[in-house]
Amino acid sequence: MQLPNPETLLTDITAKIQAQLNQAPSIEQCAFVGIHSGGVWLMQRILNTLKLDIPFGTLDAALYRDDYAQRGLKAQSKPSNIAFNVQDKHIILIDDIFYTGRTTRAAMNELFDYGRPASITLAVLINRGGAELPIFPNIVGADILLNAKQSLQLSQDTKGKLHLSLEDNSLEESDTAND
Amino acid sequence: MINPQLDSDGNLKHLLTIEGLPKRILNQILDTAETFVGVAERDIKKVPLLRGKTVCNIFFENSTRTRTTFEIAAKRLSADVINLNVGTSSQSKGETILDTVDNLIAMHADMFVVRHSQSGAAHFIAQHVPDNISVINAGDGRHAHPTQGLLDVFTIRRYKPDMHNLRVALVGDVLHSRVARSEIHALTTLGVPEVRVIAPKTLLPTDVEKLGVQVFHDMKAGLKDVDVIMMLRLQNERMNGAMLPSAQEYFKTFGLTQDKLQLAKPDAIVMHPGPMNRGVEIDSCVADGDQSVILPQVTYGIAVRMAVMALLGSGSPSSLQAIGGGNVGQAGNSR
Amino acid sequence: MKIHIKNGRVIDPKNKIDAQHDVYIAAGKIVGIGNKPADFTANQTIDATGLIVSPGFVDLSARLREPGSEYSATLVSELNAAAAGGVTSLACTPDTQPVLDEPGLVEMLKYRAKQLNLAHVYPLGALTRQLEGKLLTEMCKLTEAGCVGFSQADEAIIDTQVLWRACEYASTFGFTLFLRAEDDYLAKNGVAHDGELASRLGLKGIPAAAECLAIASILRIARETNTKIHLCRLSTAEGVNLVREAKKQGVQVTADASAHHLHLTDFDIGFFNSHAHLKPPLRSMRDKEALCQGLKDGTLDAICSDHTPVNDDAKLLPFTESEAGATGLELLLPLALKWAENQKLGIAEAIAKITHQPAQILGINGGDLSVGCDADVAIFNPEKIWKVTPSELKSHGKNTPFLGLEVMGKVQYTLLHGQITYQSF
Repeated sequence: MQLPNPETLLTDITAKIQAQLNQAPSIEQCAFVGIHSGGVWLMQRILNTLKLDIPFGTLDAALYRDDYAQRGLKAQSKPSNIAFNVQDKHIILIDDIFYTGRTTRAAMNELFDYGRPASITLAVLINRGGAELPIFPNIVGADILLNAKQSLQLSQDTKGKLHLSLEDNSLEESDTAND
Repeated sequence: MINPQLDSDGNLKHLLTIEGLPKRILNQILDTAETFVGVAERDIKKVPLLRGKTVCNIFFENSTRTRTTFEIAAKRLSADVINLNVGTSSQSKGETILDTVDNLIAMHADMFVVRHSQSGAAHFIAQHVPDNISVINAGDGRHAHPTQGLLDVFTIRRYKPDMHNLRVALVGDVLHSRVARSEIHALTTLGVPEVRVIAPKTLLPTDVEKLGVQVFHDMKAGLKDVDVIMMLRLQNERMNGAMLPSAQEYFKTFGLTQDKLQLAKPDAIVMHPGPMNRGVEIDSCVADGDQSVILPQVTYGIAVRMAVMALLGSGSPSSLQAIGGGNVGQAGNSR
Repeated sequence: MKIHIKNGRVIDPKNKIDAQHDVYIAAGKIVGIGNKPADFTANQTIDATGLIVSPGFVDLSARLREPGSEYSATLVSELNAAAAGGVTSLACTPDTQPVLDEPGLVEMLKYRAKQLNLAHVYPLGALTRQLEGKLLTEMCKLTEAGCVGFSQADEAIIDTQVLWRACEYASTFGFTLFLRAEDDYLAKNGVAHDGELASRLGLKGIPAAAECLAIASILRIARETNTKIHLCRLSTAEGVNLVREAKKQGVQVTADASAHHLHLTDFDIGFFNSHAHLKPPLRSMRDKEALCQGLKDGTLDAICSDHTPVNDDAKLLPFTESEAGATGLELLLPLALKWAENQKLGIAEAIAKITHQPAQILGINGGDLSVGCDADVAIFNPEKIWKVTPSELKSHGKNTPFLGLEVMGKVQYTLLHGQITYQSF
């Protein structure tokens, strides 16, 4: 399977996010929140590109997941950090890959414990299909339909460049995207 | 001997003592606690992890302050809390420990926090509860107080991140102190190179060096160039038991005063598990001074206890293999 | 009833016998070893092929829990346990409820035991009234009633003046005192050996010095008052040394060690296993080895079961609150055999320590298979491995640190006065 170039996708969603911000009543009421880890990398790149001075935060949502009873806490939780006041803000929630929607649900629940946002817009690099809840991303870089045995991962190299990789257990072979 | 605290996959099942726990488990608890420090600073100081679970504080030995911190920790994880102060309840009517515990199990409690005046009580209870219940030792006799040991090293780690380069001194009644034992095990397991105990001979356990500490009987020698000073509480019974002549002489020889503090490194931190006996083991000006981190210890205590409960409160992570496809625990793959 | 025990290996250390011999029993007595008496027609034949035929074992200390503690165990259950363990004679301690300090109580106990006919019971009377360590008991009357010696069980006599006078009085009549040496003040509230393990587990320790100080005092008093002393349940290396020295100087002292202390140390407490809560406490490896060596070189004269049945509830408590003691009658044989094996000694040496040596200390008949003496016999398989489980134990006390472990050596038949009191299938 040929994977798209994540850098291209990033440029695409950055433009869409800019358009979204232009429609907001005022830029002071907007904020970015990135979901660890991929969403945070993307958010940093988007902030650099748009050169905006708007509040931003990071979420881990590990403490709000719905699979705690079965899986326990992940060892590598990074603390969430929302330093701004969530109340009445238009939040752009950024994640790398949208799958079942459960991470988004957990992130939203955590966000609501900080305050009541005016709106949340979900922006993702890739929607891989397979939503299990009535939750969908508003801004999508690409739709790539994958099955349950396939695993898509975003990574960032030491120079800050983004890469996508696919692990495919349904065919028992691996495909790595070329950039 | 099988470690009763770990399940067959090597994950924490009970927290009974720091002794025998691998370094990775201690680090797991400390790293998780970092996450919870942030929770306490928010407006909504709760996360839903233990929602619907019941945590029982079974205190056979009274302690309002420790019980309160466990209660706060459990509630911040959204658990329901039952407090059982056994001195005032059926135990004093002759009910055995196991009968008390069995009754609570029958009421579908999920987690027990146990404090008892006898060493080994938490191990004893842990041996008798069914698999789905976790036991946290909140202090058993003079044996262990693992959450205190953990919150103490968490505090040290926050102020002195390079644990491999520290000199730590524990001062006071090590013989009777479960806090001291837990602190020593935590420090040595985490690789602190020099752990000292400073006390008169009557307050040191036999063969204490075998726990990995250096023994000092002189505060001046013992505090020299130390980075962390951990004070221990002195109880009045020690005078009655012919171990010490008086609180005044103890303060003179082993009390932490401003000038003794100068012997340590200038940026040394002073700790105390509380409650303090001002003027006995520690001078007020030191307890309230710039180098004291005694109050932060309390704050971190809640985060550490939340971390312990959160790590114990889930089902066995080994059961995750059966759940949903191959996308298990990978960063960047939102579900 | 004429019984013929055939094809067994007879080991009788007192008479220095260790060979294949048939044994002939009639009217409750041994009537022939190897030589069949004329006109002997057996009513019953026991095939002891592959088994060892030894004198019934003599145990220096078993708590039978009657009178008073029937919740823990009864005479019936514990004497059955004795029979199952091959023990045909045992001394019981005076710490019953009420304390054995009255001749009437002693007579009652002896009567009850005789009725049951499972083992010979030799009571040790209380040395002081109520074991309180203040006033003397009527030692002569108690001896007449059946006591073979006097003991304080686990209660110390703190007042050295009282101890001195008790020794002098006993010595007047040649009575033997059975004392467990432990300084009451140093041992107060202690539950484990004072060492690294107790420090790690936060258990109050009993220093070895508690035993040694007491041994030194007792030996000194014994020497000066010319009293026969038996030191019970030695547990320290220093203690063994003190006894060795005293024997060299001609003091009339004998000593024993409990079978448990020959194999276990304080580390067997593990994660607060209350089955390892014993009095005296299990001590260090060094102490254990000194006890084993002391038995080997004759400093210690006997191995004792220190049988102490404790009901489950009293063990199901945090270590310090649990009742001390272990059930021991049925483990005496395998533990004695293992001691001999570890010390590279023969089975006969083990048997000696649980037959004629303790019999001599108690001053009773028994512990050997001489022609003409009572037919108290233990027939056992030294190689039989069995698992120590509650159902295997006849004692009501299922409390043993060996629970769940396998041991080697099992009694197949026990005969008391020529009658089979125990038979395993």
